[in-house]
Amino acid sequence: MNSREITTKISKAADLLNLKKWDYGASFSNDYSVQVDKGEAKQLKASQKQILTLRVWNESNLVGITTTSDISESGIKKALNQANIASDFGNKNERTEFSPLAKDPINVKDAKKRNPVGIKKLLTLLRKAEVKLLESHESIKSVPYNGLSESFYERVYANSDGAFRSYTKSQAALYLYARAEEENKKPRSSGSVKIGYGVEDIDIESCIKDASNKTISHLNYSSIKTDKYLICFSPESFLTIINSFSSMFNARSILDGVSLSNKNSIGEKLSTEALNIYDDGLHEKNISSSPFDGEGTPTKRLCLINKGRIENFIHSESTARIFKTIPTGHAGLGSKVSVSPDWIVVEKSEENFDLKTSLDHSTYEGEFVYIEELNAIHAGVRSSQGSFSLPFDGWLFKNGTKISIESATVAGDIKYLLKNIVNIESNQEVTTSGISPHIWVDELSITGDA
Amino acid sequence: MLSSQIKSNEIVFGSCNKDLLEEIIFYGIVLGADFVEIFIENTDNSSVLAEEDFITSVSPSFGRGAGIRIFKEKKDGFVSTNDLTKHGLMRSVSQAIEMLDITDNKKGEAFNGLNKHRDYSLSKKKWINEVPSIHEISEKLLVSTKSLKKNNKILTRKGSYSRNLQEVIIASSDGTYVSDIRLHQTVGLNVIASDAQYRSSGSRRFGSSGMPNEFRLWDHEKAANDVFESSMNMLYADYVEAGQMPVVLANKFGGVIFHEACGHLLETTQIERGTTPFENKLNEKIAHESLTAIDEGISEGSFGSLSVDDEGMEPEKSVLIKNGILKKFISDRAGELRTGHKRTGSGRRQNYSFAAASRMRNTYIAKGEHSKEDLINSISDGLYCKSMGGGSVGATGQFNFAVEEGYLIKNGKLTNPVKGATLIGEAKEVMPKISMCGNDLELAPGFCGSISGSVNVTVGQPHIKVDSITVGGR
Repeated sequence: MNSREITTKISKAADLLNLKKWDYGASFSNDYSVQVDKGEAKQLKASQKQILTLRVWNESNLVGITTTSDISESGIKKALNQANIASDFGNKNERTEFSPLAKDPINVKDAKKRNPVGIKKLLTLLRKAEVKLLESHESIKSVPYNGLSESFYERVYANSDGAFRSYTKSQAALYLYARAEEENKKPRSSGSVKIGYGVEDIDIESCIKDASNKTISHLNYSSIKTDKYLICFSPESFLTIINSFSSMFNARSILDGVSLSNKNSIGEKLSTEALNIYDDGLHEKNISSSPFDGEGTPTKRLCLINKGRIENFIHSESTARIFKTIPTGHAGLGSKVSVSPDWIVVEKSEENFDLKTSLDHSTYEGEFVYIEELNAIHAGVRSSQGSFSLPFDGWLFKNGTKISIESATVAGDIKYLLKNIVNIESNQEVTTSGISPHIWVDELSITGDA
Repeated sequence: MLSSQIKSNEIVFGSCNKDLLEEIIFYGIVLGADFVEIFIENTDNSSVLAEEDFITSVSPSFGRGAGIRIFKEKKDGFVSTNDLTKHGLMRSVSQAIEMLDITDNKKGEAFNGLNKHRDYSLSKKKWINEVPSIHEISEKLLVSTKSLKKNNKILTRKGSYSRNLQEVIIASSDGTYVSDIRLHQTVGLNVIASDAQYRSSGSRRFGSSGMPNEFRLWDHEKAANDVFESSMNMLYADYVEAGQMPVVLANKFGGVIFHEACGHLLETTQIERGTTPFENKLNEKIAHESLTAIDEGISEGSFGSLSVDDEGMEPEKSVLIKNGILKKFISDRAGELRTGHKRTGSGRRQNYSFAAASRMRNTYIAKGEHSKEDLINSISDGLYCKSMGGGSVGATGQFNFAVEEGYLIKNGKLTNPVKGATLIGEAKEVMPKISMCGNDLELAPGFCGSISGSVNVTVGQPHIKVDSITVGGR
């Protein structure tokens, strides 16, 4: 059954149940993945999945929802019935409507959809990658976490008002996580992830090299004294921080009282004037881009921070109506519609005169901590309070030497962090979650060996 | 006529599917598989969210699917599908066979048909009619969030409920043929408190398995008082100063540290990967002699309890560590095949789209002989961790856990509340430092995410004392 046929079936079933207003979002996917263990296939997986989320509006214009993997005729009827029953409990205080932009043209990029290479090819490539990584350094003893996968999927949004949009995509991912061991030392691990539209787009050699270099670079390790340090965040780690506190720009979080911002925060100064932050789901480097959100609103580039000040919030249909603006293409599809960023782009603004440009991670000779990757985000971030305490992988640079930090956490407050940015390097780097340059922050607390 | 045709060509829950399942398994064996397992599920879930004094979300969902796993020697191929027709299931078997590159179709193991059906679902079919209705859930959640409205410093109040009803059929080429129904209910309350620049939060979660009436019996007043008190205590708390110090971890959810930092390292998946420091330590001392730890799936009503695991084996009570000595690993079918450790009824998965793996169930440190006061009195300068947040364990065993509600201990007494504390360590270094166990063992429900998805678990412990651990702060 294709997506047009499903739309017709839902429409007919809704007519029979006298449901005049409905919409749905669906995804259909085929995924293939392999894992290896010392040259042998360990687990090979294939899955075919379909998920349909249906919303209906009852006579009081209250919304009910149901999600199902059963898209048979009886499954669709059952889903409509359940959604209709759930609509009795619809939120009377915050009405939901169709997005006013659900029929606007969408910017469907050249999807670069690839064809499946098949499990055997995936296995051959991953086996070779594992061998090369093991051979890259004598201390690398195993690659305990590894995988190569390819996915092919279609996403659809349609409603009873005639909106219909869909797109198909492919995506592949490779991850290699190596473990190194040396006598009388603790084992050290690190890894690398690469994604592409298809397996042929993934730079496997660079993934092997990154995983090997990162792992080896942590072999010479030491504990760090608990103190406050000058910090250089890698692009990846800074994006992790920004995404963790994206509730500052999230209209849903503001309405729910779980954001550090409020309705009047537009224009509030958060950081140095040198900082710009955008959400740009359609960025050409975003492999996972989607041309529309869960409510069918087109995805677009939106400025969140302009010269250090909050410029926009991200919205769903209902939050936009409450804030008297338009949806921004960041909605999910749920009983209570969630809002989330797509792809964060951090850059240096034109107002960058106060930055300490001598701070460059590749040339600076003073003492600083380089944070490569932040971990345990779900546990260490209190987004409603603005605080964080996060374990990280990184190095201490001191007296011209670089030594891996054994086990430590960085703690602070997001507003303090943003206000204490002392440099934004010029070169932006593409990561799997967005684009950012290296960002320098003064005086953050690090707990290591007390 | 029509009915029998449907039955023979599609899995029908509540009917006998033996012939169809045997046909599919036989097909896999004939094609050369050593072992074929079919896991089929049908789900009926609901969740409700109350915010302030309104129901803001009601989300029912239902679905069905199958996961088919084929073993050939020590490797396995896993295919999941929503297509429960004979054709769909056969196609999945073929796909798994093809993935494993099985071309010799003569060497497969013998298949002698399925054993007598073990039906654990018989007494559970009525559960769906016994669980509270959405109307009843909504009423109680609204009463609960109203109970949280105790002063004007409470900024947000939330109550959430979710119910998962999962009907499963498990059949495999060793003759296993099992049906079961699982019911899990969980309810949580949380608040954010605010006063000028100060903010704090408080939360508690409760859960049960196989007890349709449990939500009705839930003491929402007590829960609301706990959550409110916690948020008020922490509202003006100072940040903790980092350092090495002795800590006392509270009972119930304090057990999350043992679960994350040690329990995962005792799963056979970690042995397969070579990522546990305990791989060759069976019958060796790995912890303080005061520590005994258990993983089991049999405590009635506990969130991690099961009648049968997702590979058709009844769960056992496994003493993992006895008086500091490592006694057992948590094992599933693949774990037994690849590491030699016998299955413990711990093969678990989130749903049909995951292959089962060795996973914890109800995991806890056994009670000791001390009172909570004994533990606190023994410390002159340390930290009491009353409520733990989440945490993580790195690939080489280091763990980090956030302390949600903490108090300084000075001269054997609890003093000021402190926030921002993180416990940092490594299981093999911390386990020998658990020197005192209290006599107040209690369990708490949670969700554990790992290789086979998110599964319901229980963590637990009595109050315990760790002689020295790194406390992260500012």
